[in-house]
Amino acid sequence: MMEQIKNLFKSLLLLELLKGMSVTGRYFFARKITVQFPEERTPMSPRFRGQHAQRRYPNGEERCIACKLCEAVCPALAITIESEQRDDGTRRTTRYDIDMYKCIFCGFCEEACPVDAIVETRFIDYHGEVRGDLVFNKERLLATGDRLEAQIAADRAADAKYR
Amino acid sequence: MNFETIVFYIFSAILLLSALRVVTARSPIHAALALVLAFFTAASIWLLLEAEFLAITLVLVYVGAVTVLFLFVVMTLDIDVAKMREGFWRHLPLALAAGAVMATEMILVLRTRTDTVAPRNLDTHYSNTKELGRLLYVDYVYPFEIAAVLLLVAIIAAIALTMRRRKDTKYIDPADQVKVRRQDRIRLVSMPAETARMKDEGERMTNEEERG
Amino acid sequence: MMTAIQGFLGPWWPLVWTLVKILVIVLPLMGAVAYLTLAERKIIGYMQVRIGPNRVGIKGILQPLADAGKLLFKEIIIPAKSNKYLFLLAPVLSIAPALAAWAVVPFSPELVLANVDASLLFVMAITSMGVYGVIVAGWASNSKYAFLGAMRSAAQIVSYELAMGFALVGVLMAAQSLNLVEIVQGQEGGLFNWYFLPLFPLFVVYVVAGVAETNRAPFDVAEGESEIVAGFHVEYSGMAFAVFFLAEYANMILIAMLAALMFLGGWYSPVSFLPDGFIWLAAKVSFVLLLFLWFRATFPRYRYDQIMRLGWKVFIPLTLVWLVVVGAMMQTPYGYLFH
Repeated sequence: MMEQIKNLFKSLLLLELLKGMSVTGRYFFARKITVQFPEERTPMSPRFRGQHAQRRYPNGEERCIACKLCEAVCPALAITIESEQRDDGTRRTTRYDIDMYKCIFCGFCEEACPVDAIVETRFIDYHGEVRGDLVFNKERLLATGDRLEAQIAADRAADAKYR
Repeated sequence: MNFETIVFYIFSAILLLSALRVVTARSPIHAALALVLAFFTAASIWLLLEAEFLAITLVLVYVGAVTVLFLFVVMTLDIDVAKMREGFWRHLPLALAAGAVMATEMILVLRTRTDTVAPRNLDTHYSNTKELGRLLYVDYVYPFEIAAVLLLVAIIAAIALTMRRRKDTKYIDPADQVKVRRQDRIRLVSMPAETARMKDEGERMTNEEERG
Repeated sequence: MMTAIQGFLGPWWPLVWTLVKILVIVLPLMGAVAYLTLAERKIIGYMQVRIGPNRVGIKGILQPLADAGKLLFKEIIIPAKSNKYLFLLAPVLSIAPALAAWAVVPFSPELVLANVDASLLFVMAITSMGVYGVIVAGWASNSKYAFLGAMRSAAQIVSYELAMGFALVGVLMAAQSLNLVEIVQGQEGGLFNWYFLPLFPLFVVYVVAGVAETNRAPFDVAEGESEIVAGFHVEYSGMAFAVFFLAEYANMILIAMLAALMFLGGWYSPVSFLPDGFIWLAAKVSFVLLLFLWFRATFPRYRYDQIMRLGWKVFIPLTLVWLVVVGAMMQTPYGYLFH
């Protein structure tokens, strides 16, 4: 009975509500941690899986040997590869498409690749303007790789000891 | 014809039209909304007669509360308009008779009361709220209180008649639910750490410690 | 200048002059509504450790204009099988009372559009009509979510109006007047003469019932995004939606204004050495509005049956008990405390 009366007065005095309001009131003055996205960015891991790229060896030769492991492992069936023998006897791709509409950015292609040819970069600011723009062919993948090679190499080196 | 007369005729026209809509509208929702308009216009006419307390009370009570509940009920009803109109011709004689009686009554009342006068021009400090209060609570306090008690009896009777608790349905009581405190529902159990438990599985029960 | 215009307009002068006065009240009100939305987003953002809108103009100062522009140019979609006329009438029914009530709100002893004798009752009557906008919107949309929202809102508003009305009865007992100017003048003479002290329970009930009346969090089951999408205005878009929005915020400001006038001493300054004036009224209104926003940032939404319990089984008995206390105390030698 006493307990009930005590609870009644407690609820009439709105103590719990005032306690809640004091919490939000305190946070009103808290330091704001919003990141102003286009100007500021959150730190990104070297393992970040963004846009795909094809790499080259330092002598300019493309790394991909058309083993099709990435095509096989791709869970979203986003990779299409056609290959034939080149004049110097090596096997190279004639077609290497990644359908970014299908890609789920799992990174399996990167892991499957025996020669570190297909990689996922940290680059995320890309877009397509017409239908089909996000189906990346070999030229575009290689171009991305050429553009971002310094960062790709640095990221691989940073992550090397955990692989 | 001065400004007030023009306004009066405009309001009267709106009032009559909306009252007509109340009885002719097909959809009961439209009828109820027309009723709202009728109440509101009637209140405006009362305002013209400088009976602002009554006018405001009309809006407050009838528009603000009663008709809302009307609408509430009417909207949730499943009304078949065609079925409702079926008995129109059958009920017409009765309706006409009732209407005729009402009309004669009104005519009689209006004909006998020839002494109606326009409201006196009272000074600006005259408060009809105060006058009404004096009438209700000083001059006619006993009849007023008796009427109030009668209404209270009616309210309680209505509640008592409709209040029944079916035994086979489960009820929740929000009052009980909000009364629950943390300690009524939560029991903190302190358990020994994982490795210690593995080592000494048999003693687990005895090591349990209850808090709160 | 004035007399020249007066002469030119002749018999139409009173009409034109009244319209001008209405505009002078409504336009700043609309501006206040626009910036209340910005204040809400900013304040709630700050309480959630965010910074709120900050892109349009310096620190987001032009955000309301951008929102208004966006809503103006959007299409008003009228759902198939809805009742077109009622559908379009509903926003009007919603905003008209929210604006009409300002006719009797005094801003200073002289500055009031219509000093009606029973202005408190007038405000109550007019605001009680706001529920029609919600009901008609819910019904005319021909959508079950809208309808559920309308039903909830109707029951809630009617229930809380009672508690609110009883809270106001306390005020008029203390002030012995229904006139808002006289109610404020009854509180002259510093902080301790304001009615919120002797009528503290009624003040709390009034503010909470005001939150419920305007369908604001934590009583926003009429909108209830998580259960019934957006409640009664789920089918509305563009300017029709914006009008509902305007009405909600205008009602908020109105409730805050009335709280400031009736419980917080209106335009009187809390201490004797500072002059009275409109600035105090504005400060008090802002404070009550801050409370509204603070509630929204703090409390989770009430469950519907708990709202009904709070209204009928807590607030109405509480106000009745306090009315009896006030009435009894007025008969004792300590009655002056309650005047």
